Amino acid sequence: MTPRNYFQIVLLLLGVLLFPQTQRASSANQPAQGAQGERLFQSQCAGCHGPKGEGGSGPTLAAPLLTRATTEESLIKIIAEGIPGTEMPRSRLDREQIKQIAAFVRQLGQLPPERVPGDAARGKQIYETKGFCAQCHAINGRGGALGPDLTAIGLRRGARHLRTSLTDPEADVPKSFGVFRADASIPENFLQVRVVTNDGQRLGGVRVNEDTFSIQFRDAAGRIHSFFKSDLTELHKDWGKSQMPSYRDLLSNEELDDVVAYLITLRDAK
Amino acid sequence: MKKIIFLLLLTQTALAQVTYERILRAENEPANWLTYSGNYQGHRFSPLKQINTANVAALKPVWMYQMRDPGKVATSPIVVDGILYVTEKPHVVTALDGKTGRPLWSYRRPVPPDIRGCCGQPNRGLAILDDTLFLGTMDSRLVALDMRTGKPRWEVTIADYKLGHSITVAPLALKDKVIVGIAGGEFGIRGFLDAYDAKTGKLCWRLWTIPGPGEPGRETWEGDSWKTGGAPTWVTGAYDPELNLLYWGTGNPGPDWNGDDREGDNLYSDCLLAIDPDTGKLKWHFQFTPHDVHDWDANQTPALIDGTVDGRPRKLVVTANRNGFYYVLDRVTGEFLRGAPFIKQTWAKGLDAKGRPIRLPDTFPTTDGTVVYPGIGGGTNWQSPSWSPPTRLFYVMAHDGQRQTYFKNKEEYRPGELFEGGGFRNLPGDEPPGAVKALEAETGKVRWEFKTHSYVSAGLLSTAGGLVFGSSGEGHFLALDAESGKPLWRFQTGARISANPISYLVDGKQQVAIASGQTLLVFGID
Repeated sequence: MTPRNYFQIVLLLLGVLLFPQTQRASSANQPAQGAQGERLFQSQCAGCHGPKGEGGSGPTLAAPLLTRATTEESLIKIIAEGIPGTEMPRSRLDREQIKQIAAFVRQLGQLPPERVPGDAARGKQIYETKGFCAQCHAINGRGGALGPDLTAIGLRRGARHLRTSLTDPEADVPKSFGVFRADASIPENFLQVRVVTNDGQRLGGVRVNEDTFSIQFRDAAGRIHSFFKSDLTELHKDWGKSQMPSYRDLLSNEELDDVVAYLITLRDAK
Repeated sequence: MKKIIFLLLLTQTALAQVTYERILRAENEPANWLTYSGNYQGHRFSPLKQINTANVAALKPVWMYQMRDPGKVATSPIVVDGILYVTEKPHVVTALDGKTGRPLWSYRRPVPPDIRGCCGQPNRGLAILDDTLFLGTMDSRLVALDMRTGKPRWEVTIADYKLGHSITVAPLALKDKVIVGIAGGEFGIRGFLDAYDAKTGKLCWRLWTIPGPGEPGRETWEGDSWKTGGAPTWVTGAYDPELNLLYWGTGNPGPDWNGDDREGDNLYSDCLLAIDPDTGKLKWHFQFTPHDVHDWDANQTPALIDGTVDGRPRKLVVTANRNGFYYVLDRVTGEFLRGAPFIKQTWAKGLDAKGRPIRLPDTFPTTDGTVVYPGIGGGTNWQSPSWSPPTRLFYVMAHDGQRQTYFKNKEEYRPGELFEGGGFRNLPGDEPPGAVKALEAETGKVRWEFKTHSYVSAGLLSTAGGLVFGSSGEGHFLALDAESGKPLWRFQTGARISANPISYLVDGKQQVAIASGQTLLVFGID
C-alpha cells in the first residue's frame, strides 16, 4: 500500500463515519424537496445513472460515499458544473433544483448498496491472464490504448453496465461528448475508422484525433497513422462498432462476475 | 522653416483624425479597417486583392502577438494608418505596430471580481471616431481613450453590472455619437440600445428594446414579465447614411427556455430594429421568432445591400438568423420579401407571407426535454457574416445538422442571477459539423458549402481577391475560393478561434489578421 492509498482509505473511512449523519439530518427536514428531487433526477440523471441511482453508463450513486462528491457542496458543484473530460455535463437547472437533486442523491446513499457477486481477486487474475484485457485497456498507465482506460472505471460505470460491456461490447459503445470543446480536443469515443489511401493501402484503427483536413488513428499494433483527408480515397467511421470480443463464450458466468467485481474496485480518481 | 514644420505637423494631426466622413467612405481607403464590420453596411468585405486566389497558397504568418491574460479572445481590430487597436482580456486595449507587432501603448483597467456574464468575458472590439477609441466593459462602462496614447478621456456607467448587464459588443461610432448595446439576456435584464455624445460621454438617447407601460408592444408581454424580458443588443449593427437609419438586432426574451410566464410575442425580442440615430426613435421592426423559447437571438450583424427582388430593384437588408432561416427584407420599410431555411431545422413548417414562422407542434422545451434542430448554437450566431459585391454572395458561418435536447423549468427571477428557465443537453454520439455557406443574396439559395469537422465560433471575411477567410472548429485559419468554396490555404493556429477576421495594408502590403486562443495572428505574402 502506497502512502497515498493509505491516505485515501483514511479519508474514505472518515467520510463514511461523518457524512451519513449530516445527510440524514438534511433530508429528514425536507421530505417535499425529496419528491421534487426524485422527479428531477428521473428526467435529468436517470438516463445514465439508472432510475434508482444503481448505475449505468454513469456510475452508481447508491453508495454511502461518493468519492468525487464527499460533501453536499461538492455534490452540488458537480451537478452544476459537470466533470470536465467525462460524459457528466453541466446542468442548467437552478440552484434550488440542483439542491433538490443532491438531496435525493444523498437519500440513494442510504439504500443498501448494489450487491456485486463475484470475487475481485479472481477477477483481477482473469483480467491479467485469460481475458487478455490489458492488450487493449490500461490501468495506472500499464496496458494498451485501443479501448478506454480502466484506472477509475469503478467510478464511471455501474456493475450492470460493465457486465453488458463484457458480453455485448457493442450494446453501448463510448459516446462522443462535448459539443462545445474549449480547445482543439481529443475525442474519447474510440471510434473505429477504416481508410483507403490514394495509393490503394487499406488501414484501420481507433480514431485518436480528427479535424477538418486530417485524421489520426492507432492501429492494432499501437502504431499511430496520420493522413490528410486529401490523401484518402475512402474514410469510413464505424459508429457503434467495437473491436472488443464478446466474453459471453470465453468466460463462465462466475468468471464474468469476478471480472465485474474487480472492475468495480478500480476507483482511483487521481 | 518653422512655419513649414508646424504646417506639416498640423497636416499629420489632421490625417490621424478618423472623421465620420472617412468612415462613411471606408471603401475609398481599404488600407484601413475603420469600423467593426469594415464599413457601415455590415459587409466585412475588403476591396484589397494583393492576396488572391492565385497567390494565397504562399500566405504565411508575419507576426504574432501573445496577450497576457488567459481566455478566449473575440476581438476584431480597428486599423488606422498601420496601427492595430485590439481589445484583450480582461479590460485591456493595446495599440500594435502593424509592421512589427510591437505594442505602442496599453490601457488596462481592473475588472470587479463579481462581474456576471453567461459565457466568459468576450469583447468584440472598439469603435473609433476622430482621435478617440471607444471600449465597452464587462462592468458595463463605456470608456473613451485617446488613440495616440491610450489615456482615458471620459467614462460612463451605462447599467448596473451586478444585475447581469455587461458590454461585449464593439460600439459603433457615427456622426457625433457612439452607439453601444448591452448583454445580459440570461440574467433577466430589460434590454436597450444607447447613444452617447462622442466628445463628452453624455447620454443622447436610450431605446428600450422592451416597451414600457403605455407604449405600443407592451401588450405582447404577460403581467410584469416585460421587466425581466431580456432582448439584449450584444452584436454591432449596421447603418445606412442615405436613409439615416441604424439597423440593430435584439436577442432572446428571458427566461430563455420557459415562455409560460411571458405569453405573447414578446416584442422587441429577436427583432431587427430600424432606428433614427439622431433621436433613437424606432422606425420599424421585424420579429424573426415571436415568443422565442430556444434562445434564438437575432443579434447577427445585418448586411445592407441593393438587389432586385421580383424584378424590382430594392434597398435590402439581409440576415441569416440563429433560428435557421435566411431573411430578405426591404430596408426602407421593413417589409418581408423572402425567407428560406439555410440549415436543417425542425421547429417551423416554414414562413408565412409576412415572414412569421409557422411553428410545428411539440417543439417547445419540456421538463423531460424536446429534441430540436438547430441546437443551442443556432443556424449561426455572433460569427460575422460577409457580403461580397463582386460575387454577389452572402457568406455565413453555419452550424448544420446540430440538434439539442431543450429543457424547461420553473425559475423565479433573482436580481443578478442567471434567469434561463431551463437548459439544453447534447445528444450522446453527436459530432455536429460546421459549414461555411455561400447564399445567393436575393433568394437565400445555397450556392456552395464548405463543411468543417466541428462547430465553429469564428466569423468570415470576403475580399476582392476572390477569397473568403474563415476557420475550422479545430483551430485552422483558412481561405476558400469565394466562387466555389474550394479550400485554397490553411494554417493551424493551435487553439480554437472565436474572432472575426479583417484585412488592411501595412507599408502598402496586404495583411489579414485573426485572433486565435489568446493570440493575435497576422498573415501576409512576402
